[in-house]
Amino acid sequence: MSDNRIGRFGDYGGRYVPEALVAALEELDEQRSKAMHDPGFLGELAQLHRSYTGRPSIITEVPRFAEHCGGARVVLKREDLNHTGSHKINNVLGQALLTKRMGKRRVIAETGAGQHGVATATAAALLGLECVVYMGRVDTERQALNVARMRLLGAEVVPVDHGSRTLKDAVNEAFRDWVTHVDHTHYVLGTVTGPYPFPEMVRDFHRIIGVEARQQMLDEIGRLPDAVCACVGGGSNAMGIFHRFIDDPDVRLIGLEGGGEGVDSGRHASRFSGQATPGVLHGAFTYVLQDDDGQTIESHSVSAGLDYPSVGPEHAYLKDIGRAEYHPVTDDEAMEAFRLLAQTEGILPAIESSHALAGAMKVGRELGPDGLVLVNLSGRGDKDVDSAARWFGLLPDEEEQS
Amino acid sequence: MSGSRVSAVLADTKAQGRSALVGYLPVGFPTVEGSIRAMEVMVENGVDIVEIGLPYTDPLMDGPVIQTAATRALENGVRVADVFKAGEAVSAAGAAALVMTYWNPVLRYGADAFARQLSASGVSGLITPDLVPDEAQDWITASDAHDLDRVFLVAPSSTDERLVSTTAASRGFVYATSLMGVTGARASVGEAASVLVERVRRVTDVPVCVGLGVSTGEQVHEVGQFADGVIVGSALVRCLLDAPDLDSGLQALGALTRELAAGCRR
Ligand SMILES: Cc1ncc(COP(=O)(O)O)c(C=O)c1O
Repeated sequence: MSDNRIGRFGDYGGRYVPEALVAALEELDEQRSKAMHDPGFLGELAQLHRSYTGRPSIITEVPRFAEHCGGARVVLKREDLNHTGSHKINNVLGQALLTKRMGKRRVIAETGAGQHGVATATAAALLGLECVVYMGRVDTERQALNVARMRLLGAEVVPVDHGSRTLKDAVNEAFRDWVTHVDHTHYVLGTVTGPYPFPEMVRDFHRIIGVEARQQMLDEIGRLPDAVCACVGGGSNAMGIFHRFIDDPDVRLIGLEGGGEGVDSGRHASRFSGQATPGVLHGAFTYVLQDDDGQTIESHSVSAGLDYPSVGPEHAYLKDIGRAEYHPVTDDEAMEAFRLLAQTEGILPAIESSHALAGAMKVGRELGPDGLVLVNLSGRGDKDVDSAARWFGLLPDEEEQS
Repeated sequence: MSGSRVSAVLADTKAQGRSALVGYLPVGFPTVEGSIRAMEVMVENGVDIVEIGLPYTDPLMDGPVIQTAATRALENGVRVADVFKAGEAVSAAGAAALVMTYWNPVLRYGADAFARQLSASGVSGLITPDLVPDEAQDWITASDAHDLDRVFLVAPSSTDERLVSTTAASRGFVYATSLMGVTGARASVGEAASVLVERVRRVTDVPVCVGLGVSTGEQVHEVGQFADGVIVGSALVRCLLDAPDLDSGLQALGALTRELAAGCRR
């Protein structure tokens, strides 16, 4: 779908980085191109998917939840069942194997919700790599459980106190570390953004979600879905499931962004709502929440994993050519979808993924009883139990207040 | 051959048999007026070229000192247009000026409009820490149209091939980063800088200035032995950051600048 300028999706993408990183990016590009054609590498990754991650992940039809979606049939792709609890492990195992191939011994990562950090710490433990994870101070507080998980896995977690103290600032700090230690360190970027080749490479490691899901829909449901819904932080789980459906023109691809307190409130993480404009952040030309001076505007979302002012460049391209559509989901809507899935189906979704579920509720009502919606359940809600319990006033000391 | 004021200064210091002193301060810290005054103090105390920093929300090449100052400047309401005011003041004070900026604020302003304003305010050009020539077509066009310098960076990790292509795209000087890392004072300058400068000299006649980690007169002297210019940032910014008020900050800044300038002239 992209034109033939290297590292670009239409106009989007590119490589806006300090010169010090260019050599490392070129090496990474060369190594991953070779690896993706090397049966040895692909075999090792496939083996890890089967025997470590638990792939293929199943699909689950959710009829009781679907009653809240205009009666359309709803099927979940269960990335929440992956080892470590989210889709993030698909990408991380690929990049960790590449780190070994490049002869590097240390990995760093940024994390918002903590799932990418946990996945990276896990892969580092598995492959014997040193691991440092940068995390905004605000996120270390709202995702404390994942901080503990990373530390138990042997990783160092560094809270970041600059800027908005969320994901964007963790990315800045990871880049600074990388510039300084690039000779022996690989930056395991957690989503489909950043300088080329990250957007393409991370997408390729996540394509397996859509490849499996498309086949499972045909085999188990008997047809392709009318719509595929996925939440979009940086956009990795969405790109992963969308990509295999891009050439199916009858399948709507729907990305759901963090709508926070509502797009009009200014407190949101919706890059495609009309307020964001194309610009450069973290190495890529893409949609960015920015002011008239080109300064980044801080995003807000109940979901740490969606709380990011920029988005993967391939999404920007899919949006511009009209192949994918993007809608904001408010915190309230997402939490209502969270509650419904838990209470109708016995599945606690990640708050990120709850945005995709809320999207399915809307599109299901548009499609009606003949509709079929596939939702990427990108992660499970273990990490969010505390936040959700607070939201619904279920903690013992808060019951009186709510 | 570029006719910029920066080029003239570098030719002049070379003729004097010494390196040029390049001093960095962000505009808007502690206030726009205060930062302009601080830049003038640097000029009065021997800086040859002022690097005017444009504060940005996500400065991924900067260490904590410069980031803290830039963040305060933004909190105090600094705007992109203030950089042009600072440019006029530095030119009026008699020094050459370059603006150091991440790419997005320029992109947002419009590369050509930004270049026109720079030129009008007497600034020689831009230093772009996150814009490599490969992605710089808009800036190359705009800087050509307005006859401005383009200072690109080279690093110890740059391949020989990239040293050739990057220096070919550069004008004014080439910024050699003395180490792999971000801005901030370091205890010693290390080997990497002289090795890199030597590699650059083999492929170009464009002057080479060295920055990242330089903070004392002694280090300036050391680097000045092999570079055309020495760039000091964090150590100067720290004078203002650590001071209880602007006046004492300016005094500390003046004293450090004199020490650094003496390092160039030893
Ligand atoms: C479960 C889950 N889903 C989604 C995301 C958002 O990332 P992306 O948009 O790259 O899939 C995260 C990020 O932390 C996550 O943990």
